[in-house]
Amino acid sequence: MTEESQSNSATAQPEAMTWDSKQRRVVMLYVPLACFVLILLFPFYWMTVTAFKPNAELYDYNTYNPFWIGSPTLDHLKHLLFGTSYPRWLMTTMGVAVASTFISLLASTLAAYAIQRLRFKGSQYVGLGIYLAYLVPPSILFIPLATIVYQLGLFDTPFALILTFPTFLIPFCTWLLIGYFKSIPYELEECALIDGATRLQILRRITLPLAVPGLISAGIFSFTLSWNEFIYSLAFIQSSEKKTVPVAILTELVTGDVYQWGALMAGSLLGSLPVAVFYSFFVDYYVSSLTGAVKE
Amino acid sequence: MSATTAPAWVRARRDPSWIVKLFDWKPFLVFACLLPAVGLLTVFLTYPLGLGIWLSFTDTTIGRSGVWVGLENFEYLLEDKLWWNAVFYSVFYTGIATFGKFALGLWLALLLNNHLPFKSLLRAIILLPWIVPTVLSAIAFWWIYDPQFSIISYVAIKTGLTSENIDFINTPWHARFSLIAANIWRGIPFVAISLLAGLQTISPSLYEAALLDGSTAWQRFRYITFPMLLPILAIVMTFSIIFTFTDFQLVYAITRGGPVNSTHLLATLAFQRGIAGGQLGEGAAIAVSMIPFLVAATLFSYFALARRKWQQGEGND
Repeated sequence: MTEESQSNSATAQPEAMTWDSKQRRVVMLYVPLACFVLILLFPFYWMTVTAFKPNAELYDYNTYNPFWIGSPTLDHLKHLLFGTSYPRWLMTTMGVAVASTFISLLASTLAAYAIQRLRFKGSQYVGLGIYLAYLVPPSILFIPLATIVYQLGLFDTPFALILTFPTFLIPFCTWLLIGYFKSIPYELEECALIDGATRLQILRRITLPLAVPGLISAGIFSFTLSWNEFIYSLAFIQSSEKKTVPVAILTELVTGDVYQWGALMAGSLLGSLPVAVFYSFFVDYYVSSLTGAVKE
Repeated sequence: MSATTAPAWVRARRDPSWIVKLFDWKPFLVFACLLPAVGLLTVFLTYPLGLGIWLSFTDTTIGRSGVWVGLENFEYLLEDKLWWNAVFYSVFYTGIATFGKFALGLWLALLLNNHLPFKSLLRAIILLPWIVPTVLSAIAFWWIYDPQFSIISYVAIKTGLTSENIDFINTPWHARFSLIAANIWRGIPFVAISLLAGLQTISPSLYEAALLDGSTAWQRFRYITFPMLLPILAIVMTFSIIFTFTDFQLVYAITRGGPVNSTHLLATLAFQRGIAGGQLGEGAAIAVSMIPFLVAATLFSYFALARRKWQQGEGND
């Protein structure tokens, strides 16, 4: 759109243009942008408002303005933290997310290094295979995986999730890290080879320290993806106290015909918070890796 | 003199132990590096994929390993109205949602490609729907679509658009479109941010040249922006189609396939039959029946869109 304003300056009268292009900019740019932001953020606002509203206000739109909280209350949050096993679910989710992120990072760093730097015969095909693995959606795999998990005796344990989450994390991370390793000059490694370093020393002392931003991006991605995972957690975990937050909210908090909207929204808000906070610290890494991976 | 210093100098180079030598031997190192990733993917991805296809030809149920029944599961599905319903809705859902996501996402990307104040903050905010667990935002939508206390109904009544509450999820067609709206809401950020990255790689000199030739804004979009964006569009669309078609969370959280099974996607139907109903063989057959659609969608979006890349004479960068 900068080009657009340039085009105006090239063709239109200078005095008329300044007012005209300013108005045009507001209508064409700021108004739609504000609408987008409003719509994209509204569910979160609504979640927050509902979570802190007392029930009396929640179900009475006539006497209270639904967009605002008359007398904020922590009842829903209190019910969630002390009346349910929500803290347990949070801990489980955190543990599973951290463990599967760690496993996937380890596996995909080694794999990406082998594919991109050790350059063995057929390394492209291994790379392509791992890329194709990303295109296999969990919805196809969950039924056979459930039987495998059951046969391995992992059913209803956190290990069922820790071991299956890497199937969708490793392809993505490997892909991301291959791209990242590509950007590190190979000459650095050659120098180290000439100085007599072993391959593992090179990986540990030279390549990995240079790839830290890539590792951080891959880590954030893995963490948010495993935090958000739903279908495996729903299929492989049965007992109430071992569930992860997304599954537990849907299956444990939704009871009977009367939904506890206040508690549901408080739970959703609290469950979104860790990823949102984590994400906000590393947002630039996240965006650059998202866009970098797509461009690759 | 020199004879005494030489051995001391040599001693500094210790012979590496056998384990260090082993790890420096390239074939072994390659094997060791690939083992964790390839091992995990083989056991928990390739093997289940094969097992799923095998299960779809058996009558396995939970707790009982089945016997080979050939194409019986698929024959049954072909006569099953619910399956056809799910196929229809999966295609419809993917089609409309993909179109909506890409139209709105491209628009948002074009808006964000301007010089704006607080650009990085804006970008961070816009990605939020993508970051937050889908199920949790789906629950928020469920509440927004509540038959009695929907905030959209409230606003519509207050502004005089309707006189009574809008029914979002209790009649089939309303529910179908409500789910699509929620899916579009969730998908816009990813499309917008990826396309924005593509937009930023387009060289400004192309626009300058077009300006000198007297092009209009629409012509610049049609003949420069859009073709230059196609390769990235193809990749993003392939991913979007695959993950929309196999979507599970949104539907499961908001309607669970209801009302009267009208909003079942193939994934939710597979879950209902396979895990909740215990008919693993039949569930696997439903899941396997997604594969041809996915392959077709991938090939179509990849070849139809990415082909243009070499037609433009761009090298494989």
